[in-house]
Amino acid sequence: MTVTAADFQTSGPAKAGDERLTHVGRATRLLMRPELGALLGAIAVFVLFMSTDATSNHLWIHQTGLAAWTQQASVFGIMAVPVGMLMVGGEFDLSTGVLTGVTAIVMWFFMDKLHWNAWLAIVGTFAFAAVVGLVNGYVVVKTKLPSFIVTLATFFVLRGASVGGVLKLNAGSTQVSLTGSHYAGLATAKTIFGSSFLASKALPNGYQTADLWFVAVTIVGAWVLNRTTFGNWIFASGGDANAARNVGVPVARTKMMLFLATAMSAALVGIISFTQASSAVSEQGVGYEFFYIIAAVVGGCFLTGGYGSAIGAAIGACVIGMAFEGVIYAGWASAWDFTFLGVILFLAVGVNTLVYQRAMKARR
Amino acid sequence: MAQVPESPLLELRDVCKYFGSVNALQDISLQVNSGEVTCVLGDNGAGKSTLIKMLSGVHAPDAGELLIDGKPIRLPNPRAAQAQGIATVFQDLATVPLMSIWRNFFLGNEPTKGWGPVRRMDVGKAKSTMRSELAKIGIDVRDPNQTVGTLSGGERQAVAIARAVYFGARVLILDEPTSALGVRQSGIVLKYIVQARDMGKAVIFITHNPNHAFLVGDRFVLLKRGRMMGSYLRDETSVEALTEMMAGGAELQQLSDELSKLADAPEIAAMAEEAKELAQGAEGQ
Ligand SMILES: Nc1ncnc2c1ncn2[C@@H]1O[C@H](COP(=O)(O)OP(=O)(O)OP(=O)(O)O)[C@@H](O)[C@H]1O
Ligand SMILES: [Mg+2]
Repeated sequence: MTVTAADFQTSGPAKAGDERLTHVGRATRLLMRPELGALLGAIAVFVLFMSTDATSNHLWIHQTGLAAWTQQASVFGIMAVPVGMLMVGGEFDLSTGVLTGVTAIVMWFFMDKLHWNAWLAIVGTFAFAAVVGLVNGYVVVKTKLPSFIVTLATFFVLRGASVGGVLKLNAGSTQVSLTGSHYAGLATAKTIFGSSFLASKALPNGYQTADLWFVAVTIVGAWVLNRTTFGNWIFASGGDANAARNVGVPVARTKMMLFLATAMSAALVGIISFTQASSAVSEQGVGYEFFYIIAAVVGGCFLTGGYGSAIGAAIGACVIGMAFEGVIYAGWASAWDFTFLGVILFLAVGVNTLVYQRAMKARR
Repeated sequence: MAQVPESPLLELRDVCKYFGSVNALQDISLQVNSGEVTCVLGDNGAGKSTLIKMLSGVHAPDAGELLIDGKPIRLPNPRAAQAQGIATVFQDLATVPLMSIWRNFFLGNEPTKGWGPVRRMDVGKAKSTMRSELAKIGIDVRDPNQTVGTLSGGERQAVAIARAVYFGARVLILDEPTSALGVRQSGIVLKYIVQARDMGKAVIFITHNPNHAFLVGDRFVLLKRGRMMGSYLRDETSVEALTEMMAGGAELQQLSDELSKLADAPEIAAMAEEAKELAQGAEGQ
C-alpha cells in the first residue's frame, strides 16, 4: 500500500490579514532606502556651502554655483553609477580612473595619427574600452582572484602605457592635442559630447552636455538595477554568488557585463573630456577611481556587495562635486577638499552600517 | 506504482567525484524513474548532497556518465539542469539573504513583461505568485519585500521548497527539506512529494528521518562513505529496516548503553529507552 496525497491531513493556509503584521508606513519604507543617507548628506553639504559661501553675490545658490558643481559631479557620476552597480555585483574596478584618461588619448591617436573621422574614432575608443573591460571581467571570473588585485594590475598596465605611449607618439611631450583646424566630424561630436547648453547672460558658459549624459546614465542604471532581470542577477551575484549560481543565475556573465559597463562608461568620460578640451595628458584620471568608489559608498552601495543603489551613487557623485567646488566658493585652501571628503566617507559608512543592520532585522 | 519505463528519466553510470584527495563518491550507478520517489539515505558525510549536486549541474562528475531519457548529457551549470526540468532544494537552500522574498523566489527565472529596451520584471505577478505558492505550503507572507535573511529558518526552507516545486517540471530534488520545518509544514512537504510523484515527476528525497522516508519512498538508496551500499524497493523493506540502514543496529545498541550510563536526568533516560527500542526493532527484522 502506498500513500496518496489525500492521506496527509493538513489545515489550510493561515488566513489573510495576519495579526502579526505591523503596518509598515511609507515613512519607514523611505527610511529603508539605501540612497537615503546620500540624499541627507547631499542636502547637508549643500546647506553647509550655502552658509560658508564667501563669493560676493552668494553665487553658490545661483545658476553659477549649480553649473560649477554639476560640471564636476557629472564626470564623476557617469562613472560612479556603473562602479556602484559593479560593487553591488560584488566586485571592484580600480582601472576605471586611468581608463578615462587613456581613452581620451586613444581617441586623439585615432583622429590625429590615423586621421579617422571623429565618429569613427569614438566607435574605436568604445571598442578599445570594451576590450579592457572584458579582459578585466574574464580574468576575474576565470581565475577567481579578487577583482581588487586584477584591476590593480590593469591600472598599472594602463598607467604605464599612457605615459610611455604619449611620450613615444608625441615626441617627448606629456600632452596630446588636436592641432590644425580641420578634423572631420569633430564639430558634431563636440556638440553631442563636449559642449554646453542653456547659456544666458547670467550664465555665459551654460551647463555642460556631460550633465545630460550623467542624468541619462543614472536613469539607465537605476532602471537596470531595480527593474530588470539583469539587475536581479547583479544583486544575487554580489549577495551570494554560490547561491545565485545554484538557482541558475549566470554569475560569470553578469560580472563580465558589469566590468564591460564600467569600461564603456570610462570611454564615455574620456570622449567627453577629449571633445571638451581637444587635448589630453598622460596619467589623466589617475586616482579618480577612488572618488567613484567613495561616491558609490556614500550612495549606499556596500563594499561587501549585494546591496546598493544607482541613484544613490549618482547623489554621492553630486556630494563629491559639491565638495570640490564648495571649498573654492567658501574660499578655503583647496587642499582641504580631501579632508572634507574623508569625513563624508566616514559618515557615509556609518549610515550604511545602520541601514544594513536594519535591513537584516525584522522590519518594524 | 513503480512501473519502469523503457529508459529511466535520470541515470548515473559508474560516477565518481573527487574533491582533491577526498573520494566523495565512488562508482555510483543509479536509476531514477518518473512517477517514483527515490529516497537517498546515509550518514553525515556519506555523499548524498554531492550526489544530488551532480544531478543539479553544480558539480560535474570526474568519471562516469549522466544520462537523461537514456541519452548521455553534460550539465555544465545549474541553469542547464533547470532547462532539463530539474529543480532542487539545496541543503543550504541557495537563497540570497539581502534580497527580498519575491526576488529570491524568481531568481534565475524572472517573469518579464514589455519588449526590447523596456523589457522588465513583472513585479506584480512575481509578488502575487510567490504569495500564493507560499500560502499553499502554509506560510503567510506578511511583506513580500522582507529580506530573506530576516526570515526564520523554517520560513526560509519553505521559500526554497515552494520555489523548487513551482519550477520543477520533470524532476524534483529535495536535500533534507524538512530539517527546520514544523509538523504541519513537514506534512505539507510530504504531500507535495506525493503530488509530484502522482503527476509523473521523478522525486529524489534526502532525509535523516526514516518515518518520512518510508511514508513516501518507492525506492531507497543507501550510501555509505561515498559508496552505494544497496538499493531497495518499498516492498523489500520496512521502517525498522530503514532505521537500521541509516544508523546501524549495533551502533544504536552501543548508543543506548552509553546513554543508560548517563541516565540520571529523566530526559536522557527517555532517549536511552528510545534508542533501545529502535535497536531492538532493527534487530527484529
Ligand atoms: N566542495 C567540497 N570540497 C571538498 N570536500 C567536499 C566538498 N563537498 C563535499 N565534500 C566532502 O565530501 C563528503 C560528502 O559530503 P556531502 O555533503 O555529500 O555529505 P552528505 O551525505 O550530504 O552529508 P550530510 O548528511 O551531513 O548533509 C564529505 O566528506 C565532505 O567533506
Ligand atoms: Mg548533505
